[in-house]
Amino acid sequence: MGKDMKLDRKNELKEKLAHYLFLFNATVAIISVAAIAFFVFYRGLQPFIPGNAEGTYSLIDFLTGLEWRPGEGKFGILYMIVGSLLATTGAIVLGVPIGILTAVFIAELAPKWIRTVIKPAVELLAGIPSVIYGLFGLGIIVPAIMQLSSQPQGQSLLAVILVLMIMILPTVITITESAIKAVPDSYREGSLGLGATKLYTVFRVVLPAAKSGILAGVVLGIGRAIGETMAVMLVAGNPIAGLPTSIFSPVRPLTTNIAMEMSYAFGLHQEMLFATGVVLFTFIIIINLILNRITRGSELK
Amino acid sequence: MKKSKFSFILVLMLALSVFLVACSSGEEAPVTDTPVTETPVTEEPKELSGPLTLSGSTSVEKVGLGLIEEFMALNPGVVGTYESIGSSGGVKNAADGVTQIGTSSRDLKDEEKAWGLEELTIAYDGIAVIVNPANPVEDLTVEQITKIYKGEITNWKEVGGNDEEIVVVSREDGSGTRGAFEELLDFEGQLTQNALIAEGNGNVQSTVAGNPKAIGYVSFSSLDNTIKPLKVEGVEPIAEDVINGTYKISRPFIFIYKEENLTDVSRAFLDFVMSEEGQKVVEEKGAIRVK
Repeated sequence: MGKDMKLDRKNELKEKLAHYLFLFNATVAIISVAAIAFFVFYRGLQPFIPGNAEGTYSLIDFLTGLEWRPGEGKFGILYMIVGSLLATTGAIVLGVPIGILTAVFIAELAPKWIRTVIKPAVELLAGIPSVIYGLFGLGIIVPAIMQLSSQPQGQSLLAVILVLMIMILPTVITITESAIKAVPDSYREGSLGLGATKLYTVFRVVLPAAKSGILAGVVLGIGRAIGETMAVMLVAGNPIAGLPTSIFSPVRPLTTNIAMEMSYAFGLHQEMLFATGVVLFTFIIIINLILNRITRGSELK
Repeated sequence: MKKSKFSFILVLMLALSVFLVACSSGEEAPVTDTPVTETPVTEEPKELSGPLTLSGSTSVEKVGLGLIEEFMALNPGVVGTYESIGSSGGVKNAADGVTQIGTSSRDLKDEEKAWGLEELTIAYDGIAVIVNPANPVEDLTVEQITKIYKGEITNWKEVGGNDEEIVVVSREDGSGTRGAFEELLDFEGQLTQNALIAEGNGNVQSTVAGNPKAIGYVSFSSLDNTIKPLKVEGVEPIAEDVINGTYKISRPFIFIYKEENLTDVSRAFLDFVMSEEGQKVVEEKGAIRVK
C-alpha cells in the first residue's frame, strides 16, 4: 500500500514536471510574438504621439502620402501600400490556379513515376532561399520584361508578381494536396459509381469537399507574398514616389522600404521605418484572423 | 549597431591591454633587482598610452575607424573613439578642444578658417558616374548630370546619345554615397521620382550593367568592366585627377586640429595616418590615398 502511494506520488511528480516543461516551451513562442509585436508597435507609433523626442508626423500624411523623401521630411507610404497589395493580388491570381491544378494532378491524376518527379521538385522550390529567387528575377525576368515593356526598365510590378507567383507555388501546392488527400475515398467511389467521369468527380466532388483546406493554402500564400522582402527588393525598382500606373511601372513594396534603409536610418527616419513595419504587421494580423476563421469553419463542419 | 560593435572591440582591447600590462610588469620585476649602475644602452621608445578622440563627418567614419583600429592594434595602450556627428560638428569640436581631432568631408568654410585650425588632408573620396558599355555617351558636364538626376533631362539624345529614355538609378536614402553625390551636385532632396533605387554599390552596378539606357553612380572602388565610367567635364574618374582637383565629383577627407590640443598619442596617430601603413588602410576602406 505504502509502496504504491510512493509510486503514485513519483508519477505525479513526473507528470507535473513534464507539464511545466511543455508549458515553458509553449510560452517561448508566445513571449516572442508578444515581444516582437510590442517592440514594433511601441517604436512605430512614437512619431504619431505629440511630444515625441525625435519629432512627430501626421498619421494621415503617412498613410495617404505619395512621396518618401526622408531627407526632406516626407514620409508617405500610400504608394507602397498600393504596390504591396497589387503585387500580392497579382501573384495570387496567377499562382493559385497553377498551384491548385498542380495539386490536383499530383494527388489524383498523375501516374506514379511523374508524381515522384514533381513532388520533390515542388519541395525543393520551397527550400530555395528567397535571395536566389531575386537573383533569378534580376537575371532572367527583368531583362525579358525590358524587351516587352513600354518603359525603359524591366524592374516593375510585373517582375515582382512573377517572382512572387513562383514563390507561393510550393505553399499552395503542398497544402492543397494534403487537403485533397484528406477527402475520404468514399466520396470518389460514390461519384464514380454514379457514372461521373474522373474529371467531373475531381472538380465537382473532391475540390468542393477540400475547399477550406485549399483556402487556407491561399491565405498562407498571401501571407508569404506580402511579407517577402529580399527577392522583391532586387526586381521592384523601389522608386521614391508615385503610384504604379501600369504593370510595367516600378513599385516599392512596404517590406523593401524597411530593409533598404534600416541600416542607415536614425532618429525620426528610423521610427518611420518602424511605422512602416506596423502597417505591414497589421496586414499580417488581418490575414491570420481570416485564416483562423477559415480553419475554424472547417472544424465545425 | 556599428557603434555598439565598435565599443565591444574597445572593451576587448582594453581588457587585452590590462592583461598585457599585468604580464609585462611581472617580467620586469626581476630586472629591478639588477644593480642600477648599469647604463641604459638601449632606450626603447616610450610606449604610447592614453585616449585618442576623433569626431566629425559620418562619411569619414569608415576610414577614421579603420585607422583608429589599426593604430590601436599597434599601440595596445591607446583607447580610440570616433563620434559621427557631421563635418560641422567635427570642426567645432576641434576648435573647442572637445576632441583632439575633428574630421570633415568638405573644405573648411571661411568663418571656420578664422578659428586658427590646422588642416591635414588624409584622403579623397570620388564618385564615378557610370553607364552601360553599349551607351555611346562618353562625357557629361556636371550640369547635365545634375539635370538628369533632377528629371529635367530625360532622353539620351539631349546629351548626345541615342534617342532613348534615360533610366536614372540612385541609392537608398541615408546612403553616404548618395548623400555625397547629391551634396556635390547640389540637388539635395530633388531626385527625380522616376529614379530606380538600388541598395548598395553592387546593385547599382548590376542594374546599370543590365540596362543600356541606365545611368548610375558608384564609389571609385566599385568600378569594373561590366559598366562604363563617364568622363565628367572631360576628365576621367581616376585617382590622380581627384588629387589634382580636376575631377569634379570628389571631396577631400580632412583631419582638423589645434596644435595645443594634441597629445603624444594624437601626434603619433597623425604621423601614422600619413605613413604608408595608414594610407594602405585608407585605400582598404574605399577612399583614395593622398600619397
